[in-house]
Amino acid sequence: MERLYTRDTQAIFWNNNKTAIQRMLDYDYTIQRETPSVAAIVAPTSNNKFEKFFFGGDEVMIPLFKCTADAKAAQPQADVLLNFASFRSAYDVTMEALEVGGFTSMMITAEGIPERLARGMNQTAREAGVTIIGPATVGAITPGAFKVANIGGTISNIINSKLHRAGSCGLVTRSGGLFNELSNIISINADGIAEGVAIGGDRFVGSVFIDNLLRMEKNPDVKYMILLGEVGGTEEYKVIEAVKNGTLTKPIIAWCIGTIAKHYDSGVQFGHAGASANGEMETAEYKNNAMKEAGIHVPASFNDLPEIINGIYKELHAEGIIKDIKDPLMNTVPTVRRSKEFICTISDDRGEECTYAGFPISSVATPDTGKGIGDVISLLWFKKQYPKWATEFIETVIKTVADHGPAVSGAHNAKVTARAGKSVVESLVTGLLTIGPRFGGAIDGAAEHFKYANDNNLTPKEFLGHMKKQGIPIPGIGHRIKSLKNPDLRVTGLMNFCS
Amino acid sequence: MLVAKPDMLFGKRGMNNLVLFRDAKPGDVTLAKASSWIDEKSSSEQEVYFSFDGDKPTGEPSVDKLTHFIVEPFTPHEQSEEYYVSATCVGDDDVIYMSAEGGIAIEEDWDNKVTEIAFAITATDDEIAEKIRANVPKDVAEANKANFAEFCIGFFKAYKELNFAYLEINPFVMQGSKIELLDMVAKLDDTAGFMMVSEWGDVSYPTAFGMEDKSPEEEAVELADSKTGASLKLTLLKPEARIWTMVAGGGASVVYADTIADMAGIEDLANYGEYSGGPTTGETKFYAETLFDLMTREKDPSGRGKVLIIGGAIANFTDVAKTFTGIIQAFENYQDKLKAIDVKIYVRRGGPNYEKGLKDIKEAADRMGLYIEVYGPETHVTDIVRMALEK
Repeated sequence: MERLYTRDTQAIFWNNNKTAIQRMLDYDYTIQRETPSVAAIVAPTSNNKFEKFFFGGDEVMIPLFKCTADAKAAQPQADVLLNFASFRSAYDVTMEALEVGGFTSMMITAEGIPERLARGMNQTAREAGVTIIGPATVGAITPGAFKVANIGGTISNIINSKLHRAGSCGLVTRSGGLFNELSNIISINADGIAEGVAIGGDRFVGSVFIDNLLRMEKNPDVKYMILLGEVGGTEEYKVIEAVKNGTLTKPIIAWCIGTIAKHYDSGVQFGHAGASANGEMETAEYKNNAMKEAGIHVPASFNDLPEIINGIYKELHAEGIIKDIKDPLMNTVPTVRRSKEFICTISDDRGEECTYAGFPISSVATPDTGKGIGDVISLLWFKKQYPKWATEFIETVIKTVADHGPAVSGAHNAKVTARAGKSVVESLVTGLLTIGPRFGGAIDGAAEHFKYANDNNLTPKEFLGHMKKQGIPIPGIGHRIKSLKNPDLRVTGLMNFCS
Repeated sequence: MLVAKPDMLFGKRGMNNLVLFRDAKPGDVTLAKASSWIDEKSSSEQEVYFSFDGDKPTGEPSVDKLTHFIVEPFTPHEQSEEYYVSATCVGDDDVIYMSAEGGIAIEEDWDNKVTEIAFAITATDDEIAEKIRANVPKDVAEANKANFAEFCIGFFKAYKELNFAYLEINPFVMQGSKIELLDMVAKLDDTAGFMMVSEWGDVSYPTAFGMEDKSPEEEAVELADSKTGASLKLTLLKPEARIWTMVAGGGASVVYADTIADMAGIEDLANYGEYSGGPTTGETKFYAETLFDLMTREKDPSGRGKVLIIGGAIANFTDVAKTFTGIIQAFENYQDKLKAIDVKIYVRRGGPNYEKGLKDIKEAADRMGLYIEVYGPETHVTDIVRMALEK
């Protein structure tokens, strides 16, 4: 893999983090990506099938899934996992996704995953050839192609820092805040970045400096690299080794922050969890000197970084290695957007002709199409074209029960209750309790009158006499028209159809 | 027959004459004797040396009161029955260190006496057990090899499964199949706390001998940090110093500290800390007030004004205006005290909503009559340190 992301890269976003996802889509819109960079969202506790987001001024719906396996099965082209689970579950989410397979990289944002779990997760990924970014990171970006969640901050900062189009620097940092800061510095003193990764602040992170620099070495868009390290750990020495043995040949500018740590004993934790020196080799000063000796461009302090970046950029530009960049066209994300109140997941009125589940209405509407109301219902309700026997069944049902429908209060209420998510019994009880004088009155009346007879110890004969005197036909006995001998033909017809 | 010794996260107690195992002769310490010895040792401050050249202490001693002791049964044994085992993580691997010799001398001849075995994190229990059995140090007597191996296998399993970051038993005494642990050092991976609730019990992390206790303010910030998804950190370095920092971001805070150390020297740096990860207005106000309270307790002894650096890089997602509202609210409550120490405030920040944040904080400080200079992303992140020091 020579590039971490491309303009076609799509991600599965684990956790419905709406702000971060919207930021990604705003970025996509700004750089005129054709597809949204988030193909699916995994939200284990949500019952929704979709989540709405803005894409420019329009709205798009991104499908929600209960688990990574389902999301991946539905969106197999999405080969990046953005794991926004908490430190309690981030490990399980990563391991599950590794099990599912088909991912080239995974970004993990949680800070403070137990070290043993983080190490196991990182190692398993490495053996599977999957690049891990993080844990404890804001992620990575390939300007003009794909941006992870919140990295780069707001759209206005992204444009100010030239993160909307590829520059020529490969940037690797530990810190997420300083990643942004360096993007800004690089945009002012050079032409922006081609690919950037914040590897994360925890002690055990998946891909380390050298992994990312080796990829950038192969990436033809990257002309020089910047490494911002920290006090603690020995990862910078792997970079030094690679420079010495000629594996890394592009110019590298590097600095390790945390030079202050030498003044204090180990009780003071400066910065990230990974930033604590065990022994002289892990101090910022020692690492900065070692990098300088290896031929890496190391400034005198963090404050001199801009100058050194500008120097290298000008040199490479003068040599013709870095060419001038023409700024690409951009869309402007509208500042005021209003979400539509109703969404329709089936019919679609965009394009030349409106469609039902992808079928132009003209292809089902007129008699010459041979399609009937059963076909339309199969498209609208079931979102697919049903075979003829099924559409005929739908039509038969519609025709035979057309006299019933919403007027039947009990059935209506049972349906409403069921739609609210109640159980079969609860829905049924609701329907039955709706019975009153104007709906199911016969049953109600039967109950009332038979109870009266029973309470007063009336014999059947006395009861008949009583009812006769009242002038009321006894409810619940006999249908006015239908009987076994004179059956309801609709029922006979349905029975015949089904058998 | 007892042994008594301090239990306060430091070693070399034997060299410092802080292990009581003899009264008239080894192994005759009674409870009464142990008790009076502890009373004596804990009654006044003790000097403890952590490095030695032979028997001679080198360097400066740590001076502190001894407050925690262990009293345990005395285990009569020969020096030859003492062994060593420890485990920790080195690079990507777990490493077990085993030796047929225990005691304080082991560090002096480490390379010759200690057998190291590294295990990948993915190694199975069976692979680990097999490798340990095959690599028992050659100096362990043949008859003891099997028992030694089984003990080390169990030790390593405990190290792994209980999420220790470091575990050392030095020495353990092995007499046939009977094993006694004489001394241990353990470090836990505190990030595993949430899944080790029942295994670890109610763990507290004590302050080591010679280390200053955390101040109530540091503890309050730590407590607040544990209750939020954001990050709040505070370490007091020199509370009487004149430069105070309130910096957003784990990386940026270090760059500010580096720059202050380079330009002003650490004598002037009062604190280290950071707030990040989108703290609420209320959390930011609490954090700011904690700092303002500390920095306004005393005037600078040499009569200079104090400096407050409200710094930060360009935020990814923290809403600058929201967090600055918290700082402004803290200004409201501390404006008189801040003026009394003649504070000059320097602000630099970028990120979501930074224009509003910067405008608000400038207006608020001007209204209250506080000295303030405010800069955005167009100014280099740490340039305000230089500006502050040039005044």
